[in-house]
Amino acid sequence: MAKMSMKQRYSALTRDLSWEPSYVRPETMFPYTSFEGIKIHDWSKWEDPFRLTVDAYTKYQAEKDRRLYAVLDGFAQSQGHLSLSEARYLNAMKLFLQGVTPLEYQAHRNFSFLARHLNGAGPRFAALCQSIDELRHAQTEIHTLSNYNRYYSGLHAFNTMHDRVWYLSVPKSYFDDAVSAGPFEFLIAIGFSFEYLLTNLLFVPFMSGASFNGDLPSMTFGFSAQSDESRHMTLGLEAIKFLLEQDEANVPIVQDWIDKWFWRGYRLTSLIAAMLDYMLPKKVMSWKESFELYFERQMLDGLFPDLAYYGIKPPRHVQHAVAEKDYLSHQVQWVLYQFSFAAAFTTTVPEPAELDWLSEKYPDSFDRLYRPLWDKAKRIQDDGGRFFFQGLPQLCQTCQVPMLFTEPGDPTTICQRSSEYQGEHYNFCSDGCKWIFDREPEKYVQAWLPVHQIFQGNCGGPTVPEVLAWYGIQDGDNGEYLGSVDNQNWIGWHAGAGVKTTTVGG
Amino acid sequence: MNPTTVRSVGVDLQEVNEDTHRLVQAIEHDNPEATVRHLPGLVKITVPGRLVIRRETVEQRLGRDWETHEFQLAIVSYYGHIKDWDDDEIVISWDH
Repeated sequence: MAKMSMKQRYSALTRDLSWEPSYVRPETMFPYTSFEGIKIHDWSKWEDPFRLTVDAYTKYQAEKDRRLYAVLDGFAQSQGHLSLSEARYLNAMKLFLQGVTPLEYQAHRNFSFLARHLNGAGPRFAALCQSIDELRHAQTEIHTLSNYNRYYSGLHAFNTMHDRVWYLSVPKSYFDDAVSAGPFEFLIAIGFSFEYLLTNLLFVPFMSGASFNGDLPSMTFGFSAQSDESRHMTLGLEAIKFLLEQDEANVPIVQDWIDKWFWRGYRLTSLIAAMLDYMLPKKVMSWKESFELYFERQMLDGLFPDLAYYGIKPPRHVQHAVAEKDYLSHQVQWVLYQFSFAAAFTTTVPEPAELDWLSEKYPDSFDRLYRPLWDKAKRIQDDGGRFFFQGLPQLCQTCQVPMLFTEPGDPTTICQRSSEYQGEHYNFCSDGCKWIFDREPEKYVQAWLPVHQIFQGNCGGPTVPEVLAWYGIQDGDNGEYLGSVDNQNWIGWHAGAGVKTTTVGG
Repeated sequence: MNPTTVRSVGVDLQEVNEDTHRLVQAIEHDNPEATVRHLPGLVKITVPGRLVIRRETVEQRLGRDWETHEFQLAIVSYYGHIKDWDDDEIVISWDH
């Protein structure tokens, strides 16, 4: 018999293995695909351009893992961590492990739910592959970064920290919002907005940053994960096209979800903005350049004209994101600098060459607004001090980022919005976050806001040391980088004489 | 939308080994208008309108058999729609 073509194999192994239920009604077998108001008339219209079959999937995934583990082994054997650009580079990876890796696991769980509960065989199989991918990502990220845990602080309790530490409630609450939505909203939230619209902003800069800063293992796991990501992007894009093509009544529902999930995802990327501009000792590209390339050019100029065919408009509030690109990373990093005594990473004043790079990349804002702040912080440090903010910040009820963002068009006035709901007052960082709350207040009043929880006595006690102990933060994880355990070890390892290591952690 | 504007599509590949290098050569050969940009660890290829990756051209450059599924080992990201992915070619373009 002649070898089957890719199309025939896909059809035989995916579609032909499905069946119509004969003794239960489809609504009983698939109970979750009607309550969101989305109308689907023909599930067989779902396309999978990858035409992936289980044999091809396992073959290439195994090869990806083989390549990754070859790199990990070589790096560990050769003490590769000594060739990093600097120990403080790992702050970016600490943020990644604490903030992103647990999201991969959540994605694994929810895609496995979709793999059971979507009506069509095509999307079920695509969701199953993505579910297994996400589990692989969580495992390979933990495995890769565990090698650094032997030598560096801040990597030892990422999972506990993800559930407890204030800045990590930003990614955690974002994903909780998505997995507690219905299956179609989840597809638009994670499949489309996260994986297609914003993935390049989230991941590609991390991986290029790893490459540029000597972190071969992270670069390799990143690109290994990202190679699955192109399939995930396709799933997200097929999902949105499918919903829009199935029924015109789906269009306004999908538009609302795009508006919501663009802004939710964009606020999440504010941590990436700070990472890209400040945490990498060797810079790859600025947040502004990355935003212009991956979001404005590829998405606003590329994707949205395509979706206009269905009546879809660019996301609501997108103009605020565009207007913020000169300010975002600086505002976020300035807050992280002041609060890193309560974080599982360290911060420090950028080196002179870094300040000059920031001036060059942000000619309209940096020298005028942000360099003076860093100069002041430097003067305080040179005089033997270190400024940390003594107090707790107000958090946005929706995105949970401290209220640090400024009014659109006015970078010197903090933006503050609020809503009343059932006699209670809620604060927001932006029009986008207020709009999201006002659509579904009953959902967001349940937010677990870290600052409120501390005041309510749910975080280990009323003092900073008690809260840090409850967070799982040990001495050396937090605070100022210069003079930290990681910094001292780094200097010792590179001093040329015998290698001396201070114990990491308590 | 201005109908005279041709929107670009693109693909990002890992810059890992000789195979990627030859893959990029094959893509450049089949897409004369391609712009290739190198970032750390990454090759970014952009083409106005439509990007095609042909199995035959890749096999010539590699000097061995290559199935289009293998492209999954190289691809990091793309923009546009995957219009077709079969035994002989992969095509990326916008729909509308």
